Amino acid sequence: MDISLDLLGNALISGVLLGGFYAAVTIGITISFGMLDVVNIAHPAFIILGSYIAYIANASLGVDPVIASIVVAPAFYLLGAAIYQVYYLAFERRGDQALQGLAFFFGLLFITEVTLVLVFGVDYRLVEAPYIGPSLRLGPIELPGRLLVPCLVALAMVGALHVFTSRTFIGRAILAVAQDQLALRLMAADPVRIKRIAFGLSIATASVAGAVLIIIQPVEPSIGRDYIGRVFAICVMGGLGSFGGTLAAAMILGIVESLTATFYGPSWTPAVAFGFLLITLAIRPSGLFGRT
Amino acid sequence: MSDTALLQVRGLGKRFGGFVALEAIDLVVLPGERVGLIGPNGSGKSTLVNCLCGTLRHELGTVRFEGRDLAGLKAHERTRLGLARSFQLPRPFGSLTVAENVLVPILYAVQARGHHTAETDARCAELLGMVGLADKSRKLPRDLTQIEMRKLELARAMASEPRLLIADEAMAGLSHGEVDDILALLIRMNEGGVTVIMIEHIMRAVLHFSQRLVVLVAGRKIADGNPQEVVRNPEVERAYLGE
Amino acid sequence: MRTARFLPLILLVAALVFGVARAIDNSYVFFAGYVVLQYIVLAIAWNILGGYTGYVNFGTPAFLAIGAYASVALYKIVPLPIPLLMLIGGVLSGIVGLGTGYLTLRLRGAFFSIATLALSVVVQTLVTNWDFVGGSRGAYIIRPMAAPLIGGGYIDYLCLLMLLLVVLSVVIARAIEHSKLGYGFATIRDDEAAAEASGVPTLRLKLMATTLSGALMGMAGAPLPYYVTYLDPASGFSLTYAVNAIAMPLIGGTASWIGPILGAVILGTVQQLVTVTISSAANLLIVGLILVGFVIVAPNGIVGLVRGWRR
Repeated sequence: MDISLDLLGNALISGVLLGGFYAAVTIGITISFGMLDVVNIAHPAFIILGSYIAYIANASLGVDPVIASIVVAPAFYLLGAAIYQVYYLAFERRGDQALQGLAFFFGLLFITEVTLVLVFGVDYRLVEAPYIGPSLRLGPIELPGRLLVPCLVALAMVGALHVFTSRTFIGRAILAVAQDQLALRLMAADPVRIKRIAFGLSIATASVAGAVLIIIQPVEPSIGRDYIGRVFAICVMGGLGSFGGTLAAAMILGIVESLTATFYGPSWTPAVAFGFLLITLAIRPSGLFGRT
Repeated sequence: MSDTALLQVRGLGKRFGGFVALEAIDLVVLPGERVGLIGPNGSGKSTLVNCLCGTLRHELGTVRFEGRDLAGLKAHERTRLGLARSFQLPRPFGSLTVAENVLVPILYAVQARGHHTAETDARCAELLGMVGLADKSRKLPRDLTQIEMRKLELARAMASEPRLLIADEAMAGLSHGEVDDILALLIRMNEGGVTVIMIEHIMRAVLHFSQRLVVLVAGRKIADGNPQEVVRNPEVERAYLGE
Repeated sequence: MRTARFLPLILLVAALVFGVARAIDNSYVFFAGYVVLQYIVLAIAWNILGGYTGYVNFGTPAFLAIGAYASVALYKIVPLPIPLLMLIGGVLSGIVGLGTGYLTLRLRGAFFSIATLALSVVVQTLVTNWDFVGGSRGAYIIRPMAAPLIGGGYIDYLCLLMLLLVVLSVVIARAIEHSKLGYGFATIRDDEAAAEASGVPTLRLKLMATTLSGALMGMAGAPLPYYVTYLDPASGFSLTYAVNAIAMPLIGGTASWIGPILGAVILGTVQQLVTVTISSAANLLIVGLILVGFVIVAPNGIVGLVRGWRR
């Protein structure tokens, strides 16, 4: 195998940029699974939904996909809040309904994907934007726009969430509810309301994540399934409820996947995430950055 | 340390990340003893129980049961060796009847190749009779009252035919008469040959029951001896100021 | 009723069913019947792990496909009789189930479920990259003209084998339910920590359930290439299998072996009707909606509802 430094360098750069994007995709799971302990396996489907909405806005109105996704994010927030309310009333409150709760989200995943197929068909869709195509050249390093912009948007989103959870009352309450619901109640904050807000936020991130996804690659309804393994692998590796951990784990996965794709072929990349997940679960389930 | 000790704990330590839950715990329990374990909330009593029973893994120290080092043994293996516990909040098997709840330890803890037979049914009836739940054998746990669930919890622990039973706050939240009920039960179990460690907050029950009293505060053992003397220990009094 | 007495009874029922199907001189009965029977096996198999122990497997397509693609691979080397293929498929899927379980079952149930989701994608990736079994282009299997032993169409033979697999699955599921193992599984589902404290070796039992469930699914997948004659990853790993394997037991009821059969028959029939009258995509949507609806409104399935009315 002829490893040229150029190829390696570009693979690494792509990997880092990809990692940033993966962080955006995962951050919703970091909140819903890592902090709220809700196994929302339908999250990738909502991301794809976000992709399609960005596509519509872009194809029919010529709007930039990222802008469109931010505008639509509040609607996603409301959707998330509604879903959590149903989930809470039907399952969380009843207690021993773990099986049914999982089936519920699986059903949502399924319904979303199939509805998208019914409405849009199975053709690949993509978006047009001035930064997709050209690359930024910094000396020997080439940064493709279609990877760079999503990465920057992703980092901005993760940064915003970090500021939100560390500086605002509700944000800190969300971190608190992840750790100790009783203490939260004693602080006169309703845990259910806090969790509803948090879950709504997690779905809102799916809107933006969907927009950056369709910038990076063309999208069709079943792609969501490729991401389920990735997002949970990153979330677990990153220590479940940690934004910083998610970012770091996403970077690592992005780099390894990029190297795998470059030297072994892109069809092997889904296996990388799964391998990471299994290894993490087997060796250090608290994640690379989690507490023991 | 005595060779005939049933339970021998030496230097047990447990951390959760940076938080030290238990530190340098030494404890010896002789066969047939009635030991009381008290301490303020958060002092580490439940953590200790979980470490002894194998639900949690402790980093430091050794636990010996009947002379045998328990390191690496899982919870179900320890139960099979004769170390049983009842849970602080009753945890019955919700989809099984009361009788079936008691049957499970008989099948899994007592007999290596146990099967459900008329003999095991008789044993179930015996255990339920001992705690006064004989007429509820076909009911589901959700149809039981609080004290009945506590009794079921104890019956289930006894079903594994333990040498040592750790009763974790079996009386919490019960009325005066119900406390006496459970107390009588535990004493009867002890008279039947079971060594009992009772973890409780209800002082009159603990003092009545215990031949020896151990006090845990902030993860450390601060007293261990005659109940009347321990209770008068100034450090113990300080720990319970306001209790 | 002891297994010794139940077995001849169910074999009799199976023989009757097969006899009636033969009497109706219409091959569609066998074509449709195979699908329903396959789903019954998948539903019962899924339920042994999901319903009895409470551990949710989202990777049914992976286990099914392992059996199916093992058959494809062997077909290209040396054609073997289908019962032997079923055995091989069962063993392979069982091993994969054991392996996945061993890596993930010491942790919370949610991690196991996530791992099975990812497993499906990974096995599909492996198969798609394996040109020997056709890769993404798919593989063609030539179906023999006549059925061995019983004569008539080959599909009749496949149906007979599937029917026998149903019998096997029911007997196993029923035997578990009435045994010490059944109690052990139930305690794992109800409260795993309390189960351990009661002396139940939870990890060992969970591994048994995972292996058995996977093996049965693999056995169900082995004849599939001979049924469809053209197998490609898209159809072999179809999401339909994943959702049906979960929906059928949940709708029918997870507490006993009757639930999965009920759910498979009802849901299978509904799906056939919808596919024929509306469209196959609409069919999937309706299945998803039914699943979500049932799970919210009737979490214990039809069997649970019936038991509730009785009391």
